[in-house]
Amino acid sequence: MMQELIQGLKDIVGGEYVSTHLEDRFFYSRDGGTMESFEPDVVVLPQDSNQVSKILSLANKNKVPVYCMGAGLTLSGLHRAISGGILIDMKRMDKIIEVNERSRYVVVEAGISQGKLQAYLKKNYPHLKHSMPDAPPAATIGGNVAIHGSGHLSFLGGFHSDMVTGLEVVLADGRIIRTGSCSVSNYWFAKAPLPDLSGLFLGWFATTGIITKVGLKLYPAHPLSDVRVLICEDPKIMEEIIFKVTDLNIAEDIITWMTPKPDWARGFLHCNVIYGAKTKDELIFKRDLLFEQVRDLIDKKVTGFLPLLPFMKKRFLDVPGKDLVRFADVRKGGGFEYVGAMIPTNLFSDAYKLGLDIAQKHKVAYSLGSRIIGNSHSMMFFYAYAFNRADLADVKNAQNALYETNKKVIDIGGIPWKAEIPAQKEILKKMDKNTKGLIFELKKLLDPNHIMSPGNLEE
Amino acid sequence: MYKLNYDPLICKGCKTIDCLVKCQYQDFKDINRAREEKNKILNGEYSKVLDDCRTCYGCEEYCPNNNHPFYQIVELQEKLNIKNVPDPIFKQQLRMMGPKNRIKTQSLKPPIIDMCLFPQLIDNIKGKLYEGASIIWGGDIFCNIMWLHCANMSVILDRLPKMIQNIYEYYIKQSETDEIICFHDECYGAFTQLAPAYGIDVPFKPVHIFEYISKKLDELKLHIKPLNQKIAYQRPCSNRLCSDMDEKLDEIFHKIGAIRVKRTYDKNTPLCCGSVLRIQQKDREADEIQRENISDMKGTGARIAVFNCPMCMMTLGEEVAAQGLFPLHVSDLVRHALGEI
Repeated sequence: MMQELIQGLKDIVGGEYVSTHLEDRFFYSRDGGTMESFEPDVVVLPQDSNQVSKILSLANKNKVPVYCMGAGLTLSGLHRAISGGILIDMKRMDKIIEVNERSRYVVVEAGISQGKLQAYLKKNYPHLKHSMPDAPPAATIGGNVAIHGSGHLSFLGGFHSDMVTGLEVVLADGRIIRTGSCSVSNYWFAKAPLPDLSGLFLGWFATTGIITKVGLKLYPAHPLSDVRVLICEDPKIMEEIIFKVTDLNIAEDIITWMTPKPDWARGFLHCNVIYGAKTKDELIFKRDLLFEQVRDLIDKKVTGFLPLLPFMKKRFLDVPGKDLVRFADVRKGGGFEYVGAMIPTNLFSDAYKLGLDIAQKHKVAYSLGSRIIGNSHSMMFFYAYAFNRADLADVKNAQNALYETNKKVIDIGGIPWKAEIPAQKEILKKMDKNTKGLIFELKKLLDPNHIMSPGNLEE
Repeated sequence: MYKLNYDPLICKGCKTIDCLVKCQYQDFKDINRAREEKNKILNGEYSKVLDDCRTCYGCEEYCPNNNHPFYQIVELQEKLNIKNVPDPIFKQQLRMMGPKNRIKTQSLKPPIIDMCLFPQLIDNIKGKLYEGASIIWGGDIFCNIMWLHCANMSVILDRLPKMIQNIYEYYIKQSETDEIICFHDECYGAFTQLAPAYGIDVPFKPVHIFEYISKKLDELKLHIKPLNQKIAYQRPCSNRLCSDMDEKLDEIFHKIGAIRVKRTYDKNTPLCCGSVLRIQQKDREADEIQRENISDMKGTGARIAVFNCPMCMMTLGEEVAAQGLFPLHVSDLVRHALGEI
């Protein structure tokens, strides 16, 4: 049957875009994180939604599992073919379909990379930008919205899934559906005022369908930008800083970072506040507002703005940021994974302490930080642990640290982001029974043959 | 421990109180008020001067008796715990700029150029001016007198003697020279003014960058093409610890045919580049001073702004350029006259 299926796939996308080669299957079996490898039986690279539709019809008819991959950069192994079967690599689906300048949205195929969209907008619409995650630019738009990613405009616009204005999705049986305004109108301007069906596909780890097109909000790209970095030594003060700074609605992005390397950073908590402006006067006006907002803390000498010379600011204004990527190789050997935990902003101190305790217990190289999401209703708190991939004991140690972090994050009231399978199970364990039941019913409704990413969102 | 060598009786008997009356950042037109505040300082009591001091080093230069009024202020600020920089910033900078114990013994060929903690300007050390030069820099030889801007003298007195010793032990002892060319005024001021004020021994010969360049220009006389350019000069705070060296700059300018334009904020009344005010969280004041400073530079008709202090250059360079002046380090100005740029 597999041979027939492979031939069927070749008929759909062309022979050169289907592979069963061992090398390819190995490459697709893993990512940069600590999760063990699972090889797909076949890898296929479709070019458009119709091809995805045909692939899913074929898989559904043959009850063959299907997994989906963007750039494979979640680091939590979400694209791994746990039950074998077909792995769909979305990267050929990278067209920019429409930019609506006045309504500030773009419609793209889901496999387009963040970098390609960024470069296109810079060249053709320099006054517009989309929110870039701090992932390598190869990360895809579809993959990132599907996992509720966040990025350098998240204070302004929330999670990247909040910035979605509409989706095109291929269901398990091959039907192509649309969510949001584009299901009624030619314009992909909003999810409202319709029943928000996009919620059936965002955060579901591709168990309900494969996102093939995304309508995404764009934001003004100001010609000038600045970063101010506040520093303190006490996490409770940092909570206060975050509360004050987010009370002032000038930032595009607010990030905290805490790391023991380099040595001068150890023990200090930093908060980067990044904002844009059309003119220098506006930039200074915003800087002064920010100062006034934390003035009482500065007067107490418990915080202050780091004196950054112009050339020093560049690293903080780079989009995407490169500091985490630098950290990724701190142990050499190229292993790096992080638990991104969604937590309410008021849990900052607990989340920070949790990270320090675990890093100390497991003796792992760590980098902690957070990105404030949507006016500070929540934050993505990240616990990054570097490890040497060539050292299995080191990998195991990092894996244990991550697992423990996930569990403790749930204990304090947070939820692991883009959770690895063990963490997915922990989340489901803690979840309200009726909610969980509804999730399973919806999955069954949309995927009766259980072919979509089996192994994910399962107890 | 090291103790400041000054005579309080000289200050008590001072008729002019130049240290306060001439201050550019505090208003002491009334000499009686100045005397009142000075007496408080001499008695080790709180004075508003301690809070209002912008740490420009100016009073060290204004004092006709060389009685170290600025160091008196810094010592008292520290003693009374008057902080002009937020704690976490001070602590982090302290660690960032602390000794790294990475220094290694080297036999160096002269001239030995001490770049202090400014590797960013290493590219300036090239051409005929610096032919064959050896460069040293880093946290293990950092003069540390920047802590004067942070109301802290004890860190300087703790670190500076070790740094001096490092330079001697690791570099000078096995090299062919006992001269260290100080690229930054701060180092020169630390070795020749602050160290003697506290009785710290300096077992090598510090040479100011201006002295070195001026002498070198005599050797390179035949290569000089007079610039005939008007130059606005940014005199840094640390040069006020070695005022005599400012005359050396005039000598250099004369030799390369550059015209140091007369401006309000040069010589005895230079303005802070702004970096110190920013670390002290006084951004608005820094903006104003920078605006005033650059506008003064522009008003002279100069096309080039010349810097000696790397920190001034890194702080003001971009804005100066945005205002249409060409920012240059003094080394590069000289290289320009030597036809290398």
